[in-house]
Amino acid sequence: MSITGTPAGVGAALTTRASCDEAAPSAPALRAARLTLARDLTLAFRKRGQLIQPLAFFALVTMLFPLAVSPELARLRAVAPGVLWVAALLASLLALEFLFRDDAYDGTLEQYALSGQSLTWLLFAKTVAHWLLTGLPLALMAPFAAMSLGVSAAAVPGIILVMIVGTIALSLIGAIGAALTLGMKRSGALLALLTLPISLPVLIYGARATELAIAGSSFIAPLELLAALAVLAVTLAPLAAAAAVRISLE
Amino acid sequence: MAAMRWTWFHRLASPPYLYALAARLTPWVAWPAALLIVGGLYAGLVLAPPDYQQGEGFRIIYVHVPSAWMSLMVYVTMGVAAAVGLIWRMKVAHAVAASCAPIGASFTVAALVTGSLWGKPMWGTWWEWDPRLTSELILLFLYLGFMGLRAGFDDTQRADRAGALLAVVGMVNVPIIHYSVIWWNSLHQAPSVMRFGKPTMPAAMLAPLLVLLLGFSLFFAAVLLVRVRAEILQRERAARWIGETLRA
Amino acid sequence: MSTFLDMGGYAAFIWPAYLVTLGVLVLNIVWARGSLARALQAARRRLASPGEDS
Repeated sequence: MSITGTPAGVGAALTTRASCDEAAPSAPALRAARLTLARDLTLAFRKRGQLIQPLAFFALVTMLFPLAVSPELARLRAVAPGVLWVAALLASLLALEFLFRDDAYDGTLEQYALSGQSLTWLLFAKTVAHWLLTGLPLALMAPFAAMSLGVSAAAVPGIILVMIVGTIALSLIGAIGAALTLGMKRSGALLALLTLPISLPVLIYGARATELAIAGSSFIAPLELLAALAVLAVTLAPLAAAAAVRISLE
Repeated sequence: MAAMRWTWFHRLASPPYLYALAARLTPWVAWPAALLIVGGLYAGLVLAPPDYQQGEGFRIIYVHVPSAWMSLMVYVTMGVAAAVGLIWRMKVAHAVAASCAPIGASFTVAALVTGSLWGKPMWGTWWEWDPRLTSELILLFLYLGFMGLRAGFDDTQRADRAGALLAVVGMVNVPIIHYSVIWWNSLHQAPSVMRFGKPTMPAAMLAPLLVLLLGFSLFFAAVLLVRVRAEILQRERAARWIGETLRA
Repeated sequence: MSTFLDMGGYAAFIWPAYLVTLGVLVLNIVWARGSLARALQAARRRLASPGEDS
């Protein structure tokens, strides 16, 4: 099965599969979601250069703190969890721009909304693709940023785990704000104003879990709370994002 | 018979009906509100005995707690109105939600300022990152986000629905955010943090507070009714009933 | 009277707090009534010159 990147190609694929399938109602939705995921990943790899930007921003923000505070690793280690999470939060805000922009611009998003497929599932797929392209690399880069702030290598697995769960939640929550500000130009500050308050619990639990991981203690408790937030986001955020997309496209 | 019980609800959805009702109701809430607020403030300043620990300083509670209560109550009202507007597609519900936002934001600012003024003599600093003040600050951003999002749309209907979705998402998140702020704060409990929590107050101290809570709530209702009328006039500008009402 | 105003030494905190709160109450009244007055004004103007509406 070849994946065509054009809206027409995916639209045709969506409708033919939907009408042919007589299985459970969710099957065509899942298939459409998988197609969307594959499409988004393919398209993103064609513009590989853009994927670097949020990561570069993350590294840059991390670098600001030694310059602004102190080069002493002991002092940096103390603030490392906060720095990592603030930088990750800001980088994920920046990356949200890529989530809907191209599809809204060329009308694909409208096709999704009109296709009769579950918009919730399609947007969930898009968000998963977005996380694979921005959140996951961020989570994998975080240990390097942490070590530059004096964190020992023993904390790396814990940091990656916490960051993975946290960035999943951030991507999903961010999708809501991105959908609400779909049609607006220069919506960066507004997007931040909408997304950050709702992301605060993720920040609180994620930073605490990271802090414990860096100290070598057990970070299960905040990680569980973080995971609960991620599960909540997985179940509710795509619904809200789909409603927001429909509102923005009216 | 069950259908009859809902007619009042659907009648409220009619802009001319709500406009007329708001105009009639306003004095009935405004004057009691004024009486309760003046009476409550007097009772709080003069009648209530000074606190054993905080002396006269505790009297700020009579303006801080009602402000904080309002900031939260107005947000919930806004969220419920937004949900009603989304579910039943009622334009007037969106008008109510839009009217709530500036009122709630102003009380949030009052809560922050009075909280800071209470904190300085008690804790020694103008600001503390305690759960109550931090939550109020986050609430302020929630209000600003709602107003900012609405302002970004030219089309009223899209502004209504987008803002309503945000308000509902925000309302669902408020308990989550509040709990996580309490959790965060408990990790780093400074030993001298003053507890704003529920003090066991003698009746003479509590009574003015309850009076003021009721007075502020009625005040909100009165201001809301006025703002809703303005919103309806603006939204329904082309409607014929406006001409008839204004000429009457 | 002066002991009342002094508020046991807390005057610098209590009175500004009460003033700010009263200010917010007054602001709400003024703001709301102002927006209603403006809306009524605009509505009356539209009724007076009906040809402007699209």
